[in-house]
Amino acid sequence: MNDPGETLKKTALFDLHVELGAKMVPFAGYDMPVQYPAGVLKEHNHTRDAAGLFDVSHMGQARLTGDNPAAALETLVPAELQALEPGQQRYTQFTNEQGGILDDLMVTNMGDHLFIVVNAACKDADFAHMKSKLAGKAELEIIDDRALLAIQGPKAGEVMARLSPEMAKMTFMTAAEVRIDGVACLATRSGYSGEDGFEISIPDDQAERLARLMLDQPEVEPIGLGARDSLRLEAGLCLYGSDIDETTTPVEGGLVWSIGKRRRTEGGYPGADVVARQLAEGAPRKRVGIRPEGRAPARAHTEIHSGGRKIGEITSGGFGPTVGGPVAMGYVETEFAKAGTPVTLIVRGKEAPAQVEKMPFVQQRYYRG
Amino acid sequence: MIYYSEDHEWIEVEDGIGTVGITAYAAEQLGDVVFVEVPEVGKTLAKGDDAAVVESVKAASEIYSPVSGEVVESNDSLPDVPETVGDDPQGDGWFFRIKLEDESELEDLMDEAAYKAFVKGLD
Repeated sequence: MNDPGETLKKTALFDLHVELGAKMVPFAGYDMPVQYPAGVLKEHNHTRDAAGLFDVSHMGQARLTGDNPAAALETLVPAELQALEPGQQRYTQFTNEQGGILDDLMVTNMGDHLFIVVNAACKDADFAHMKSKLAGKAELEIIDDRALLAIQGPKAGEVMARLSPEMAKMTFMTAAEVRIDGVACLATRSGYSGEDGFEISIPDDQAERLARLMLDQPEVEPIGLGARDSLRLEAGLCLYGSDIDETTTPVEGGLVWSIGKRRRTEGGYPGADVVARQLAEGAPRKRVGIRPEGRAPARAHTEIHSGGRKIGEITSGGFGPTVGGPVAMGYVETEFAKAGTPVTLIVRGKEAPAQVEKMPFVQQRYYRG
Repeated sequence: MIYYSEDHEWIEVEDGIGTVGITAYAAEQLGDVVFVEVPEVGKTLAKGDDAAVVESVKAASEIYSPVSGEVVESNDSLPDVPETVGDDPQGDGWFFRIKLEDESELEDLMDEAAYKAFVKGLD
């Protein structure tokens, strides 16, 4: 809930959100649009059908410089960063000594530095963590004068090719310094919807103008945080603080794909021993997709049962507009993690049948060239 | 006569039977409704009991019974077409009909003018 004593921060697009009729809510200390007049359902579907524009300026952006910032950052995350070619982007996590996840983040090799994007709610802690742990090895430069806009959807490529032809050839998980209507921006071909698209770092004083330019394109509608959540849920993507946190390891969270091969044996990041043991012996629980059989959505903290006992808990769930029914994800004891395993959810005190299902619930449609 | 609760339910009473639903304000706040559960006919509800469930893309909400009594009819078509709640909250989007046990309970509810003022105070 909104603490009346709390002063909410505003992104560079605040006035535009209000002008567009957005419903603003407090989120991670920012006054953010949860939905526009179209509503969550239409916004979700529009993103899957055409293209949606998201203001994600609340997220933390930073540069990491030094002699070898990739080697330095590898001491805090399990990804293989030293092998990243210039212009390549990776997903990874900051881990703690128990192998738990402090936050998840995107790292891009920009040649002479790393470009880092972290979650809004964790950014102060993340930046403090990097500053203290990487002192003497790398220099952190927080970027607080740039907005971050995401354009997502099957038409995002076409739209941005029109506004900035050089963006057309970018492939999934790559970055480029581009010009959009004369403004120098940093674009990555990535996002949080399961669709093709870009995240674009734009100087604050140009953000509203470029947002309007994108919204002027016939394929593009503004999309709020509500649809952002249902889109990422259908895409099987984790929400930090719900699906992964300090008590879940990358192995339990189903993020083994993001751990570098060299790092699995070499370690060298916090909790590497725990992660290596889980990789060798298996984790006690795993994050899985859950598909309730009925129409009732299963929300976060819904208990998952089998054989009359609790075997896990839903961590995010709701209605998936593209799926046309309820979808969820959560943790179950590993023996129940196989797709197709029947489980029982306890929804409002009543048993509801469900099944473990492979994620994503909706086919990801990234542009790989 | 239509009465309103602070939980944004409406109840329209005729011959001792009340039809219950959620207000247009509540429907607007909920957003797109994707799931509805209505009570079984014959169920006895005390005032304030959980009577029905409505879920939007955003959240789940309980519908509390604004009065005590017995459920005499449920809107069985609602679970199949949950969006009716948003499209016509104070018409086809009704949830259930209840036989009032004690009509004096209605005195605790608001009339339309009072409810409008109540909602205005929330914004």
